[in-house]
Amino acid sequence: MMDKPFAITLNPGSSLTNHTGTWRTMRPVYVDRLPPCNATCPAGENIQGWLLHAESGEYEKAWRSLVQNNPLPAIMGRACYHPCEGACNRNRLDEAVGINSVERFLGDEAIKHGWKFDAPAKASGKRVLVIGAGPAGLTAAYHLQRLGHQSVIFEAAGHAGGMMRYGIPKYRLPRDIIDAEVQRILDLGVELRLNTKVANLAEAMKEGFDAAFLGVGAHIAKRAYIPAGDADKVLDAVSVLRGMEGESAPLLGRRVVVYGGGNTAIDVARTAKRLGAEESIIVYRRTREKMPAHDFEVEDALKEGVSIKWLSTITEAGLSDTGGDIMVEKMALDANGFPQPTGEYERIEADSLVLALGQDTDLSLLDNVPGLVTANGIVQVDASMMTGHPGVFAGGDMAGNDRTVTVAVGHGKKAARAIDAWLRGERHEPEPKHELATFERLNTWYYSDAPKTVRPVLDIIRRQSTFEEVLGGLDESNALFEARRCLSCGNCFECDNCYGVCPDNAVIKLGPGKRFQFNYDYCKGCGVCATECPCGAIAVVAEDI
Amino acid sequence: MNGLQPIKFYQTGTFTVGNRLLAPEERSVQANMQRTNSLNSGHRACQGCGEALGARYAIDAAMNATNRQLIAANATGCLEVFSTPYPETSWQIPWIHSLFGNTASVATGMAAALKVKGRDKVRVVAQGGDGGTTDIGFGCLSGMFERNDDVLYICYDNGGYMNTGVQRSSATPPAARTATTMAVGDEPGNAFGQGKFVPALAMAHEIPYVATATVADLRDLEYKVTRAMGIRGARYIQILVPCPLGWGTPSSDTIRMARLAKETGVFPVFEAEHGEVTTVLKIRKRLPVEEYLKPQKRYAHLFGKQPRVDTIARIQALADKNIRKYKLLEEGIL
Repeated sequence: MMDKPFAITLNPGSSLTNHTGTWRTMRPVYVDRLPPCNATCPAGENIQGWLLHAESGEYEKAWRSLVQNNPLPAIMGRACYHPCEGACNRNRLDEAVGINSVERFLGDEAIKHGWKFDAPAKASGKRVLVIGAGPAGLTAAYHLQRLGHQSVIFEAAGHAGGMMRYGIPKYRLPRDIIDAEVQRILDLGVELRLNTKVANLAEAMKEGFDAAFLGVGAHIAKRAYIPAGDADKVLDAVSVLRGMEGESAPLLGRRVVVYGGGNTAIDVARTAKRLGAEESIIVYRRTREKMPAHDFEVEDALKEGVSIKWLSTITEAGLSDTGGDIMVEKMALDANGFPQPTGEYERIEADSLVLALGQDTDLSLLDNVPGLVTANGIVQVDASMMTGHPGVFAGGDMAGNDRTVTVAVGHGKKAARAIDAWLRGERHEPEPKHELATFERLNTWYYSDAPKTVRPVLDIIRRQSTFEEVLGGLDESNALFEARRCLSCGNCFECDNCYGVCPDNAVIKLGPGKRFQFNYDYCKGCGVCATECPCGAIAVVAEDI
Repeated sequence: MNGLQPIKFYQTGTFTVGNRLLAPEERSVQANMQRTNSLNSGHRACQGCGEALGARYAIDAAMNATNRQLIAANATGCLEVFSTPYPETSWQIPWIHSLFGNTASVATGMAAALKVKGRDKVRVVAQGGDGGTTDIGFGCLSGMFERNDDVLYICYDNGGYMNTGVQRSSATPPAARTATTMAVGDEPGNAFGQGKFVPALAMAHEIPYVATATVADLRDLEYKVTRAMGIRGARYIQILVPCPLGWGTPSSDTIRMARLAKETGVFPVFEAEHGEVTTVLKIRKRLPVEEYLKPQKRYAHLFGKQPRVDTIARIQALADKNIRKYKLLEEGIL
């Protein structure tokens, strides 16, 4: 006491002895929320997760994260209709993040650099039969192989790819891309038997399989009854698109009419243009708003010179001497929005009519499989993609009405995880999902303005006559730019805001990749961190007092 | 985006405190795991205190700029009271408490002593609230300016005497309710046409450097403090620090309020050298003053059953004047 200066009686102390955390009535907590892109992805990709690596230019890491869920990024980067972008919160700021184009960039980088999948887990000794080498089958085989189960794919056609090869035109999905991504899956040790049609599932299983995944797709064109003088001139979309893969392209003539309003109808109409048709007309019975085809596909088709007759049905075909002309009846929407005939007819000159009215699955291989149920031509599966017959799973076009590559990839993954659990005598329980990261939870002040980098679109004239790919890819700097437009909705991206804005130094920065921690000894619960968190990864909850 | 220049885009750019995509040397002082934390945890400021935040931002930046060779003099006021209840201190720097009104003079004395001792690496900062600066300490401050003493004076402006119970200062904005400018009478709240804007007065002294900043723009604030520490002579920075208690705003909205003050033009953010404005922080998304006024209880009397549109219009006119005078919008937007 005597050695203290005049009038000083206490040792100097730090305010750290004053635990201001006791003032708190509200408590901030770090949370992870489900970004809308991830929530919407039919393939269950962790989109934001791989974008995070792409943002820092770590493309291989991003790709490895991506293929945890989807083994076909270069294909999906082209063929996916990217519902994720429709859900993207950035839409409310400027434009959605070009997720699909970054995915394609990563897929193309992987092919360019020859990146291989991580080696599979230790072999389990189990064998799984996969029927069909389409997106569902390939994905299931990939995941099963990585989980240590020997997958054997039986494919009826001469090449792998399923509808990706026989249904999606080359200008949307070049075949060398399919080949490269299929080969990478085969390199894992997946066995592929081409030209091997399974006529009877029970027979095929006898070879010694512990489980089966069915992904045969939907390759049979639906027909509608149209009186036709010359049936030769009435074709179906499936065979037209399949024919494009054969030796000689289908003969459609100068004036082609396509009947239907789905993406397949658009594909056929655009294909017809490329085959030299002067007129390629889509006839659809409802309006553009009601058309199931994606709007950007319709837009591209119109730009390429395809014309569309809305509110029209075909009542008769094969009218002319050459056998192609058709009769169209105008429709009008009734009070309920359904098209009704008007009695007004129009004759359209045509050399051929292509029906694009949807597809069915050939279910003959499933005859006599006990317990397996089908309804309206679709195999019924439970939440784990298992059919009514234990150990037989199904996915892709044959198991649902939402028929896209992306949905098939999602089915394949889901089924593979369920099969893996089933082989161990367990049931796969997916982790509970986080709460959705809505736009309202973001503090968008912090994001820089940056409009979407639009992928270069092939010059219109060039694309009309060739099957070259229509959408170009991003280059490295564009892809980086695009990835960095991600808002990281709902998940910390280490912007240091909470660490900086706390008036009480009550946020501890744990270092790169380790995020942050609250120091509740001093946190007064003011909530500034939560308000200023750009991505909404901090929640404020009431203290138990 | 013209294809000629490499695309530089960093997701949040420099809006956030840190940014993992930027090189470490391009990040803010506050993003650094080794920042000084000059004003440490355990202080007794209210929840969401803008002044505590502003002081740590500013002094950490000054410490960083001077290689941690810094002494601070601190006027009486909130900042002093909440940070140093005897015998504790939250300050992790050499720090001295002056009287309410003489902190500029105390800092002047320290700077003079350092000069005499030849310790020119050690720099001096004086800091205080708007009461200690614009009212009580203004004579000392003006003297420090006119002598061009080698001191950076930082004023944390929250628009009133907050720790004694929210009384009016000469920095209290018009129409604001305080304990001494009650919301009564024909023109409730603080009167129009009174008070002073000390940054303009500092500029009138033609000192080397004057700047304003807010706690909503950290990178700008750090830049200005760093810039100021690179200059010898008298320097003045006024930082807008919202006060949840005195303004009647939720504790979580402190930074938001500062941002609104800047985006509405109520508080112009600029820097000036030798009496001339050199740069301004432009308004990014212009907003009407209601956006800033409405969340604050000190303006609640403007938004009653009969909204005082006339008063709001007068405040808007002041904001518009700032926007014109300091050219706060990009050319052609106004």
